[in-house]
Amino acid sequence: MNEREKILTRIREALKVPAPSPGTHAPASHLPVPGVPGLPSLRVPAPTTAAPVEARRWLPKVGPGFPEQLALFAQNAADLKATFQIFANWTELNAALVQLRDAENWQRVASHQSELSSQACAALQRPVCWTDKGYDVLALESCDVGVTECDALIAQTGSVLVTSRSAGGRALSVLPPHHVVIARREQLVADLPAAFALLQQKYAPEFPSMMGFITGPSRTGDIERILVLGAHGPKKLTIFCV
Amino acid sequence: MSTNVAQFQEAAARVTADTRQRQFIRTALGNYEIARDKRKAAFQSWESARQAAALTKWEAVNHLDTHLEELVAKLEARGTKVHWASNGTQAREIILGIVAAKQAKSIIKSKAMTSEEIHLNEALEKAGFEVVESDLGEFIVQLRGEAPYHIVFPSMHLTRGQIRELFARELGSTSSDSPEELTMVARRVMRHKYITADIGFTGGNFAIAETGMISITENEGNARLTAALPKTMVTLIGIEKVLPKLADLALFLPMLATAGAGQPLTCYNTMYGGPRQPGEADGPEEWHVVLLDNLRTELLADAEQRDALHCIRCGACLNVCPIFRNVGGHTYGTTYSGPVGSVITPHLRGLQDWKHLSNASSLCGACTEACPVKIDLHHHLLHNRRNAATEKPAFLERMGYKIFGIIANDPLFWSLAKKFGWLTQPLQKLVMGTALDPARAWTKTRDLPPLARQSFKDWWKHRP
Ligand code: SF4
Repeated sequence: MNEREKILTRIREALKVPAPSPGTHAPASHLPVPGVPGLPSLRVPAPTTAAPVEARRWLPKVGPGFPEQLALFAQNAADLKATFQIFANWTELNAALVQLRDAENWQRVASHQSELSSQACAALQRPVCWTDKGYDVLALESCDVGVTECDALIAQTGSVLVTSRSAGGRALSVLPPHHVVIARREQLVADLPAAFALLQQKYAPEFPSMMGFITGPSRTGDIERILVLGAHGPKKLTIFCV
Repeated sequence: MSTNVAQFQEAAARVTADTRQRQFIRTALGNYEIARDKRKAAFQSWESARQAAALTKWEAVNHLDTHLEELVAKLEARGTKVHWASNGTQAREIILGIVAAKQAKSIIKSKAMTSEEIHLNEALEKAGFEVVESDLGEFIVQLRGEAPYHIVFPSMHLTRGQIRELFARELGSTSSDSPEELTMVARRVMRHKYITADIGFTGGNFAIAETGMISITENEGNARLTAALPKTMVTLIGIEKVLPKLADLALFLPMLATAGAGQPLTCYNTMYGGPRQPGEADGPEEWHVVLLDNLRTELLADAEQRDALHCIRCGACLNVCPIFRNVGGHTYGTTYSGPVGSVITPHLRGLQDWKHLSNASSLCGACTEACPVKIDLHHHLLHNRRNAATEKPAFLERMGYKIFGIIANDPLFWSLAKKFGWLTQPLQKLVMGTALDPARAWTKTRDLPPLARQSFKDWWKHRP
């Protein structure tokens, strides 16, 4: 028997005795909690198609309309110390990018080839380190900014959803000191359940090897629990939406 | 007395006497409570969310074999190499084997309690590899040669002044003691390490059976970098980490952030489904996932305490525990401290050697109330006490209770004991403070009040 078999056998052996339901000393029963589906019986094999618990009902509330969701996203981004701006058209967005470039004196830009990010790079008029086909890590590290697209913006948490396919790989959104996300307003989704539904629908079953939520610039509180931005990842996160 | 008990008592006495340190910890955790309560209030129903999370974990743990098999099949389908380790020795051998086969020199690590559990750093260093902890708190305790103080906030016991001195001594930094500057010192050191490291090592917070993914939660971006730059990635997780569905994370990610640190969502929540895939820009060429049992199946076999495997290591129970707050994290002498550590350590390292942890509790139940997955923590402390006593009853204690049983069961003995009990008290005075004193633990620091000469019942009967 290899270790895999040994461990699985120990597990099966252990599970022969049923466990009490969570939060009770009683034997396994179906807890009458309104809205939460009951537990499958122990003797029935694990259902593989059961719908996951509807988290939306318990999570922080999100309004139904676009204006409310946009306002919530903006509020969350501000709380997280990220910069969020929405523009009427590309000309305005590009102007804001150029302004940011000059204010922070960007010399080198890192990005990936896709509609929104390429467009932004064209406006920036700086040498670009493209990550799409592999790149030199030192070159990427020396860039002043990483410009990426994203899969979604999440109103509920102020997060940006990126994947290795939508955002130029794994490192582009964390290695440069400033991460600029270019998004379309249609990409705003209400909440986390919606974001996971989007991932399933967009990618399943060939998911990108990395999918992640970025919620504000990198941070730490490891010294006296005092918030410091830019621990390892970007010190600044800017989200421009058109 | 076993050395573990002696160690615990000595350390507890030392730390509780240090009022400055206690004040420092209390302030930090007080701030945590304020932030957490604010985030909890933002939920439409935190209590229902807890119940839902507990049910999801219950399902995952009580069908662990099925979920693990699905997880592994899905991981392997995307080119991930999965290893199974029954214990710490096997896990260390597997990881050392990978590192040696890659002829690696340096390893960059992001925070993983499982690696503390199997003492991986020591093993790697002994074999001649350079290991760097990249999480700032872990990096600080690594430089000090210490274990993490807290499973989520490893360096919360240190002041900025201590950290400045440490960095000056170990890294030659000339930084002031501003947290900002100190963080930047670590950032600079670490950037170089990332670029040169051959192996990136991570832990994991959740393993998704449905899609074959490992989800990692962190604030600093160090795990993101660990999983992006080195050519080989190694992930060590406990077998109990599985969740059935990808969408389960929609509940667990915000709950972990809220309970753990009072955040709406931790800064980076990342799901990894494989090594670099065709057409992707970067990522490791190889990804090894090591599944660790290390007596988790023992805990699984104890149906009564099986829910201790629901733990998502958020640290909430530590933060609210009056014992943890007063004796501090290092006093426990265990990998997992606080209430959850007191519950699981006797299972992982031996009931008789660690049963004293179950007594280090006021049974206030604050931990149970704080736990986002509703683990019945304070009752499990009682279960451990009971199990320890059944397994190996203390002779004197058993005799004491036997005699008490005889007296309490007989009305005549009972009334005699009530009437004349006070007469025995001067005898106690003779042996006070010595090993013969039955009330020694009490009388060491407190007075023993005199027994009343008249019982309440007596007084009631003859009340004026
Ligand atoms: S036992 Fe509960 S509160 Fe304690 S660390 Fe685990 S999940 Fe968090």
